[in-house]
Amino acid sequence: MTTTAEPTTEIGRARVRKEDQRLITGRSRYTDSITPSGTVHIAVVRSTIARATINSIDKSEAEKAPGVFGVYTAADLGAEEVGLPCAWPITPDQKAPQRPVLANGRVNFSGEGVAVVVARSAAAARDAVELVDVDYEPLDPVLDMEAAAQDGAELVHPDLGSNVSATWVFDSAAAGTGGDVSEAIKAAEADDDQIVVRRRFRQQRLIPAFMEPRSCVVDPTGEQLTIWAATQVPHILRTMTTVTLGVPESKLRVIAPDVGGGFGGKIGVLPEEMLCVLLAQKLGKPVKWTETRSECMLTAHHGRDQIQDLVMAVRKDGTITGFDVHLYADMGAYLGLVGPGVPILGAFMFNAIYKMPALRFTCSNVFTNKTLTDAYRGAGRPEATFAIERMMDEVAVELGRDPVELREQNWIKHDEFPYDTVVGLTYDTGNYEQATQRAMELFDYAGLRREQEERRRSGDPVQLGIGISTFTEMCGLAPSRVLGSLDYGAGGWEAANVRMLATGKVEVTTGASAHGQGHETAFSQIVADKLGVGFDDVEILHGDTQVAPKGLDTYGSRSLVVGGIAIVNAAEKVIEKAKKIAAHLLEASEDDIEFANGQFTVRGTDKGKAIQEIAFAAFMAHDYPEGMEPSLDSDAVFDPENFSFPHGTHLCAMEVDTDTGRVNLRRYVCVDDIGNVINPLIVEGQVHGGLAQGIAQALFEEANYDESGTLVNATFVDYTLPSAADLPSFTTETVSTPSTTNPLGVKGVGEAGTIASTPAIVNGVLDAVRHLGVTEIEMPTTSQRVWRALQVAKGHQAQQTPSDTHSPGAGLGSIDPNNPKGEVQ
Amino acid sequence: MTEVRVTVDGVNYADDVEPRMLLAQYLRETLGKTGTLIGCDTSNCGACTVSLNGQSVKSCSVLAVQADGAEVTTIEGLARDGTLHPVQEAFRECHGLQCGYCTPGMIMAAVDLLGDNPDPTEQEVREGIEGNLCRCTGYQNIVRAVQSAAKTMKPGAAQPTEQAAPVAGGGN
Repeated sequence: MTTTAEPTTEIGRARVRKEDQRLITGRSRYTDSITPSGTVHIAVVRSTIARATINSIDKSEAEKAPGVFGVYTAADLGAEEVGLPCAWPITPDQKAPQRPVLANGRVNFSGEGVAVVVARSAAAARDAVELVDVDYEPLDPVLDMEAAAQDGAELVHPDLGSNVSATWVFDSAAAGTGGDVSEAIKAAEADDDQIVVRRRFRQQRLIPAFMEPRSCVVDPTGEQLTIWAATQVPHILRTMTTVTLGVPESKLRVIAPDVGGGFGGKIGVLPEEMLCVLLAQKLGKPVKWTETRSECMLTAHHGRDQIQDLVMAVRKDGTITGFDVHLYADMGAYLGLVGPGVPILGAFMFNAIYKMPALRFTCSNVFTNKTLTDAYRGAGRPEATFAIERMMDEVAVELGRDPVELREQNWIKHDEFPYDTVVGLTYDTGNYEQATQRAMELFDYAGLRREQEERRRSGDPVQLGIGISTFTEMCGLAPSRVLGSLDYGAGGWEAANVRMLATGKVEVTTGASAHGQGHETAFSQIVADKLGVGFDDVEILHGDTQVAPKGLDTYGSRSLVVGGIAIVNAAEKVIEKAKKIAAHLLEASEDDIEFANGQFTVRGTDKGKAIQEIAFAAFMAHDYPEGMEPSLDSDAVFDPENFSFPHGTHLCAMEVDTDTGRVNLRRYVCVDDIGNVINPLIVEGQVHGGLAQGIAQALFEEANYDESGTLVNATFVDYTLPSAADLPSFTTETVSTPSTTNPLGVKGVGEAGTIASTPAIVNGVLDAVRHLGVTEIEMPTTSQRVWRALQVAKGHQAQQTPSDTHSPGAGLGSIDPNNPKGEVQ
Repeated sequence: MTEVRVTVDGVNYADDVEPRMLLAQYLRETLGKTGTLIGCDTSNCGACTVSLNGQSVKSCSVLAVQADGAEVTTIEGLARDGTLHPVQEAFRECHGLQCGYCTPGMIMAAVDLLGDNPDPTEQEVREGIEGNLCRCTGYQNIVRAVQSAAKTMKPGAAQPTEQAAPVAGGGN
């Protein structure tokens, strides 16, 4: 991060976080730590089979177990008709199965809930789960999304008549935002001066793997039902509980206390949350559910999982003339809250930072007998960025061009902003030259290319590859009208309230509910500057629908870009009100009142009053102007007009041991343009964490299913999150072309690192071994996969295994369970 | 039920526990010490790390009855008389946490690491906290925090008070 002199304003200061004191001393309040008196605990009986009909469920032994209050199926709870909500029908004819709270006669993925046990303790409930005897009639599972999409395929939901939930198309010719892709490709095929590059990439299935397992407590003992939940979306959860169960919204209070990470994985409305509500109503006692880690891996929604078929037409001089994108996206067994829309969010990012005359995007969402997929950090945009940034490298190879130079030839130049893209978005600001130049300096691009040449020449067993990703993303979800045009089931605004207390302290409520992002700190900095009050005098309140009643929560890098602006607007209203009272008390015309640094002064005089004095005067209400209320408190709802478009250049140096396939990330440099920075310390943390997740997709992680549809790596033993020892320190900097779509000039940073880093790493791995004949390695690029690719390139056969990361540590380069000695056949 | 007598964060307790009860559950459910968190069921994540007789342990892999007669320090007992332990302070100063869920265990593991190796290199820190997973930070600022705390805790360094000296450090 660039270090400069500490600014005099709060905005831009590397403030340490307000949140930390409680978290570093154990004074935290995560949902599982909340246990009202009399709480009963539930545990869910889960299917061990991916696809089956249920012949019978024998609960008798479980019901007799010590401490068990009851064992319930959907029928026992009268919940057979209940379906969990999907808020994003991407097409009018989208096929959407009922997603039950507990299976109704059949199960559609391994881990699906079949019955629920209520007991005195969580341990007693789990013990009793083992006593429930479910008789299944196994059916052949549908596991391959591409095969599932074909006519005649076995159907996950026979009543829907197809495994294709919806096919969504964007065509720049039809939209009037660009040319016809088919014509561009046809023209390229007929032209000796053009080439057509066709590739298939796979976005493997990932597991968000937030550190806090999901948990929920529902307390029915007051007039309102109080729900504590480990969720990113307390407001959406409240509304959707009403939609799902019919409990009036006014009778629900949802609290997201401390939440231990989400990354999109806690954006859903869960069957278990609805079960807790139903059981709390039925039993009249507080009900708690906390999942085990394995339940979390099995049943919390997964991310990514796409097959990408890409066709790019390019002139031999390097100019892109058209890009045709066809995706299969695996929805899993059901549609999640926003799952169908996740690939669609990517539709607008396949052109990335490049000028393209024509683009078509076609995505088929497909059902399989796997855990459902939904948002995971970046949600659609990492997939798109991977596709385009990998393609840029492929085109560079085909044309024998330097990959940075080819990108620069095609990207939007800094003096061409604002720029209307081929998909109809308007990029407000950006400077790809600036970010790239700085990144290349920090990285020593020229020096590393020389080293690469030298290693190739000398036949060094450890080869060097350079990976590049020049990404952009659309952040600040989202302009409500745009969401409406995409048939999304909500708006994209955010709400805030700023209250001046009698003693001069400030309370701010925000509808953006934090789960690790540092809102309390960053928002305090903004309010401190706006109102001219002390940073420590501002209290940010969030995550409770009774405290911050209006909001649309936290996802899509929206908290600052949308929620922060709502706070700014509410603060402006406070100042406007205070100005009237100040004018009244100072016996001056309102037009003569100036406000700066927390002081209202009469222009040209030394008369003035502090905002705290005005707040006290408003509280006392003994003397205030006629025609106004004695209050400074103000609300604002901000609905953005446009997205924001952070961008950046990410470069990495990958070392590949050609004898063993071992991949080593030697150096990672990124320069991100996220507009103005509120808190550089928090920004740096967001970038680091984002990078780690994106790199993990490229190198380590994959949810592996076996042929019977069982998730075989459903623990942290074998779903290999990177540890500290698996990652290097990153060099991160920011540059800024402030956004012009919001008054803070901010763009959003939560997802940048994840979106950018995955293609950089894979490009780097391939660059290290491409001269040895390797053209493609699927993610994660484990030692085994790299080694096999090298063997195949040498003309040797390498034994294939369907899942090569399902033994302990395998994703980190351990042995292949089917080929323990790594023999070449 | 088996009786267990244990000192946790300076307080003596005697409880009858199920033999199968994990130390992590005992701390959270019986003693209400919810500062110690549980993140997995396979002792991989390290969120539940505490100090047991001066050595860091994952409290999900210790039975409560095994702690009989032992002295346990959790994240809640690390600060003394209102003064943060240098490792806690460093985590805040270096932005070594985001959601905070791995933090109690990460801090307890780091305290033990610095007891064993008061001046670790970056690589030694990375390997030393390998048993504690974090999904938010990418570890860079955690590593920075541990190295920063090492500097503060060096003999002769100005900062910490006597009480805030490391509680863990390679066993008693």
